[in-house]
Amino acid sequence: MRHPLVQLLLMRLRMLWRMPAVLFWSFGFPLIASLVLAAAFQDRALAPVRVAVADGTGAEALVARLEGTPELQVQRAPPEEARRRLTQGRVHLVLLPGAEPELLVDPGQPEGRSARLLVREVLARAPGAPSPAQLRVTPVSEPGNRYIDFLLPGLLGMVLMSTSIWAMASSVVAMRGGKLLKRLAATPMARGHFVGAFLLARGLFAVVEMTFFCALARLVFGVPMSGSYAAVGAVGLLGAMSFSGLGLLLASRVETEDSATGLFNLSTMPMLFLSGVFFPAQNFPGWMQPVIHALPLTALNGSLRAVMLEGADLLSLGAPLAVLAAWAAGCMVVALRVFRWT
Amino acid sequence: MTPKDELAIEVKGLVKRFGDAVALDGIDLDVRRGECLGLLGPNGAGKTTTVEILQGLQAPTAGEVRVLGMRWETHAAALRARLGVALQETRLVDALTVEEMVALFASFYPRPLAVEQAISLVRLEDKRQARTLTLSGGQKQRLALALALVGDPDILFLDEPTTGLDPQSRRDLWDVVAGLKARGRTVLLTTHYMEEAEVLCERLVFIDRGRVIARGTPAEMIASLGAGHVIELEAHPASVLERLARLEALVGLNQEGARATLRVEHLHRALPEVLREIAEAGGEVLHLSTRRPTLDDVFLGLTGHSLRGEGRAA
Repeated sequence: MRHPLVQLLLMRLRMLWRMPAVLFWSFGFPLIASLVLAAAFQDRALAPVRVAVADGTGAEALVARLEGTPELQVQRAPPEEARRRLTQGRVHLVLLPGAEPELLVDPGQPEGRSARLLVREVLARAPGAPSPAQLRVTPVSEPGNRYIDFLLPGLLGMVLMSTSIWAMASSVVAMRGGKLLKRLAATPMARGHFVGAFLLARGLFAVVEMTFFCALARLVFGVPMSGSYAAVGAVGLLGAMSFSGLGLLLASRVETEDSATGLFNLSTMPMLFLSGVFFPAQNFPGWMQPVIHALPLTALNGSLRAVMLEGADLLSLGAPLAVLAAWAAGCMVVALRVFRWT
Repeated sequence: MTPKDELAIEVKGLVKRFGDAVALDGIDLDVRRGECLGLLGPNGAGKTTTVEILQGLQAPTAGEVRVLGMRWETHAAALRARLGVALQETRLVDALTVEEMVALFASFYPRPLAVEQAISLVRLEDKRQARTLTLSGGQKQRLALALALVGDPDILFLDEPTTGLDPQSRRDLWDVVAGLKARGRTVLLTTHYMEEAEVLCERLVFIDRGRVIARGTPAEMIASLGAGHVIELEAHPASVLERLARLEALVGLNQEGARATLRVEHLHRALPEVLREIAEAGGEVLHLSTRRPTLDDVFLGLTGHSLRGEGRAA
């Protein structure tokens, strides 16, 4: 208990749990915001209805018939890709060609219903068409294939990003403004203990956030866990560390909390759009992809999805985890060099 | 001459520049072990810069600094363990209690005092379990003092420890510091309260615009004024006060508008002359009072401006 690291960690934890407002804004609010988003995106309304026709015999003819309808936007894709697009919410219906064309829909998407009705109507109008009764409709609702399944790991990544950067940056800047950093610098306190205590506290809170988030994802939204919780934990912790490093770097010289807020927004906003929280990062043009894949949130979201939805293990995630580790280490090394205690 | 090993702090030719601005322009300073040295000067004189260099928080532009015989460049870690620091107005961790705050700081030092001991030295026993947010200004300053003491330091730095406190809290804090001095600690106090320096310090150093302008014991400094009395005077019109400058009985005069501060050796000779001069010029005395000279009069005499930004020293 007498060790400075323990004392600093206790200080950090007390700062958080004795200040309900701080706790709420740095931890509760992002969680609630993400849950509201999740609920909202469960039934987002977008027109026109997008249909993917899977490659196969008779696909050309099906496309030709559907293209005459203005409410429908038709695209071609190999069967696996078409199913993935349905999973990610990029199309609302997949049409599998064949003697008996099959319609795949996600019942979690209201557009799926209108897509089904529109497609059946169009196909029925054509001469020599199969009667609507002959069209097989398969709801693709097994957990892991819905948009919400895609969305939730991204929201967890977003929450880890904002809480980690903000928890680090705001408190360090406040302590600098109140001259507490200067006062600590005048003691024999090891600088590493100070930063270490902040990282440990962040790690503990990240675990709480992940537990809470995984439980809600599972119990409220029925999102499956294909991989191991330990792997999610490890990926999430590494993500929390890389964002803590970024937060420390942002806060290393800033004097006022207003500037800290500005820097926080400047660093997180681009990643919210680019890093595949709400839609896949692959939607951006190819020339942007190297940049997007070097962003920590892209690496974190990709890894969380790979573990949660595809059951990936850590070994197969070498590249994104290396990106996260590089951000964590790089930011901290630079931050400690330029860090201003006074 | 004081032998070198008796010096807790030794400073020679200290210079600090921020860009073109010169904050310290060649400061020399000796602090003996076990004494309380007061560093006095108005705001912006360079007190805090000097002290922060001694505390290792800033690097000097030029000059030599030895603290406990060591240099910051080579012995920073050893030095930090032996110094206690109370900064001006530190905002502590609001969420922590007094006891937790002291325990946190104690954990940084190799041979700390017991937490209870540090708290009782500053008489905060009643507030052990209180969050720092709820403490009054005086209690916060005492806690800052406890944090400075808990490492059992050889030198205690107190930077404006009573600024912003009410007179009673100020006196309470003086009692605490006086108690520490009685235990033989070296104290370097910066202040712009004359009375504080007179009560607590054996020796004083006056700083103005980054230079040392006088040094000595409080008694020596007041004696150096060569004036046994001070006359405070307000007269109308203000121009009559200018005539006073030529009076023979006068040691020094500072005028600010319709008010003047006159330093005189013998009150019984000076006072009739002053009154006669004003009457002859057709002026009217609005206010007149006399008192013993204070350190602030010494400062005023040396620089032409008061130690405190405005008004007179308490």
